[in-house]
Amino acid sequence: MSVPGAATARTAEPSNYLNAEYSIKSWFLTLDHKRIGLLYLAGLTFFFTLGGLFAVLIRLELLTPEGDLFQSETYNKLFTMHGIFMVFFFLLPSIPAVLGNFFLPLMIGARDLAFPKLNLLSWYIYMVGGLFTLYAMVAGGVDTGWTFYTPYSSVYANSHVIAAALGIFISGFSSILTGVNFIATIHTMRAPGLTWFRMPLFVWAHYATSLIMVLGTPVIAITIVLVAIERLFGVGIFDPAKGGDPILFQHLFWFYSHPAVYIMILPGMGVISEIVACFSRKRIFGYHIIAMSSLAIAVLGFLVWGHHMFVSGQSIYAGILFSLLSMLVAIPSAIKVFNWTATLYRGSIRFDTPMLYTLGFIGLFTIGGLTGIFLASLAVDVHVHDTYFIVAHFHYVMVGGMVMAYLGGLHFYWPKMFGRLYPETLAKIAAVMIFVGFNLTFFPQFLLGYLGMPRRYHAYPEEFQVLNVLSTAGASILGLGFALPMGYLIWSLFRGKPAGNNPWGASGLEWQTQSPPISHNFDEVPIVTEEAYAYDTLRPPAAASPEQEEVLHV
Amino acid sequence: MSDHDVLPLRVYFGVFGTLLALTGLTTWIAYQDFGNLNTTIALVIASIKVVLVVLWFMHVKQSSGLVRIFALSGFFWLMILFGYTLSDYFTRTSVRGWE
Ligand SMILES: [Cu+2]
Repeated sequence: MSVPGAATARTAEPSNYLNAEYSIKSWFLTLDHKRIGLLYLAGLTFFFTLGGLFAVLIRLELLTPEGDLFQSETYNKLFTMHGIFMVFFFLLPSIPAVLGNFFLPLMIGARDLAFPKLNLLSWYIYMVGGLFTLYAMVAGGVDTGWTFYTPYSSVYANSHVIAAALGIFISGFSSILTGVNFIATIHTMRAPGLTWFRMPLFVWAHYATSLIMVLGTPVIAITIVLVAIERLFGVGIFDPAKGGDPILFQHLFWFYSHPAVYIMILPGMGVISEIVACFSRKRIFGYHIIAMSSLAIAVLGFLVWGHHMFVSGQSIYAGILFSLLSMLVAIPSAIKVFNWTATLYRGSIRFDTPMLYTLGFIGLFTIGGLTGIFLASLAVDVHVHDTYFIVAHFHYVMVGGMVMAYLGGLHFYWPKMFGRLYPETLAKIAAVMIFVGFNLTFFPQFLLGYLGMPRRYHAYPEEFQVLNVLSTAGASILGLGFALPMGYLIWSLFRGKPAGNNPWGASGLEWQTQSPPISHNFDEVPIVTEEAYAYDTLRPPAAASPEQEEVLHV
Repeated sequence: MSDHDVLPLRVYFGVFGTLLALTGLTTWIAYQDFGNLNTTIALVIASIKVVLVVLWFMHVKQSSGLVRIFALSGFFWLMILFGYTLSDYFTRTSVRGWE
């Protein structure tokens, strides 16, 4: 990301973090959390595009029942690289690294994160990890699936497992550093008067996320090292031929990778809470319980990993335990959905672009979450395990949930980040296209999975073609929907209308400073005197009409 | 960190020496046969080393209550990992007609 917006209006604009300095060094050695957030935005956009291109190739292959476009080995590499880039280099860092980095200090009235140098280091680590994985891709790819299941990955696979795994190992440290940084910042750098229960829910969500990052990520790092040791030195850890246990890998892998789902979705939920309150112009319903449900998700999320292993040969008794606990973790997620819905109730709702993404999130995440309950039931899971039902389920959570929240958040905060408005009509069209394209892509996959189409094959029986064609058609709409924001958001940097400091009339400290913010965020340390989401007392951007007043005070 | 007293160097060297001695002990014990106790003894020595590293090298001994809670929660999470994994290993039974 360069600073074109600042360049065109250099004379007119007051000093801010974008026009404070222009040298390349001032970007690549910056300690400003806002600039680091933008560095992450550039990296993430690159990896998202790359992962998206792999998805395009996968959907093209699945247009016809015959495996005619790619060899099966090539296809294995395509879905593996799609999964690795999307999960480890887009979804996991996405909201925390971009919006979290940028807005967490602003929201708590701080000048920066607690450890600015660690913050910059985490970006470099992330990029180095990404480059290792890119190397694995260019050198010939990996074919193990993003899950690296043993003993295939540790003994039999002939692809570049170690390079890709090393990339993930390295990028894990960037996640840990971000987590430590956020926890320390939230504990020590809140503005005067900003008590824990006055913090925005975005901050609560990032606190919970950081706990998972710090407690979970070391386990995946060690697991990857164990795979590498078995692969390089033939030490029997997971290979049953040498006395190892392949299921042990799955335990270790999912101990991290299930909570990792919450690393991806929790920050998204934080963004949704902000947007729902702002565009309903209401206090958020059940503030305390939403904050606590984030922590509950962070803790309970660590107790359910065995639901990925019902048909792996894991003990059936452990299966029962993990099944019950998985039902439990649905509760805090449901609490959030109900609270957002209750916030909408009798609010004066505005359907601006961020709100469209938010409403999409609530619906799609609910479908993703509820199908998760199907999968957590032992008997149903046996039927749909390793079918497209799973693929549809986690794409509803990851794309329908997480990516919607990411885009919603990006649109919501864009005017604050760059001081420019994006073209609203175009943005609404893109949001609707993404919603329609997404459902057309992934809803047929629920049906395919239920009918028995297994995942991870490049060919399939002819009776599945109609649904697959629908899915590929949806993917092309979805792809176009994603391309639009990339275009108009960059356009808005040069030509967008000036946004003003608070275009949405939102509450929160981040909206009280200038857009784009000055380098040290606030001219004087803000003092917080009221709860977050005090929308009852806040004027809407255009003065509230009498009817709205009435609604607001019911 | 800066507001904590810095430990005298001899404490670090003392801990370092103890760790080396325990490593030597582990190596020696690996060549002895204590039957069922082999693993237990190795784990006990390893645990002592962990405590030394955490309390002195990682400064948890002089840290605030909050830092201690975070350090402790790390171990609690390790117990979750072990406990739930063992819930699988301890209850595995063969499926009838399978083996
Ligand atoms: Cu899971």
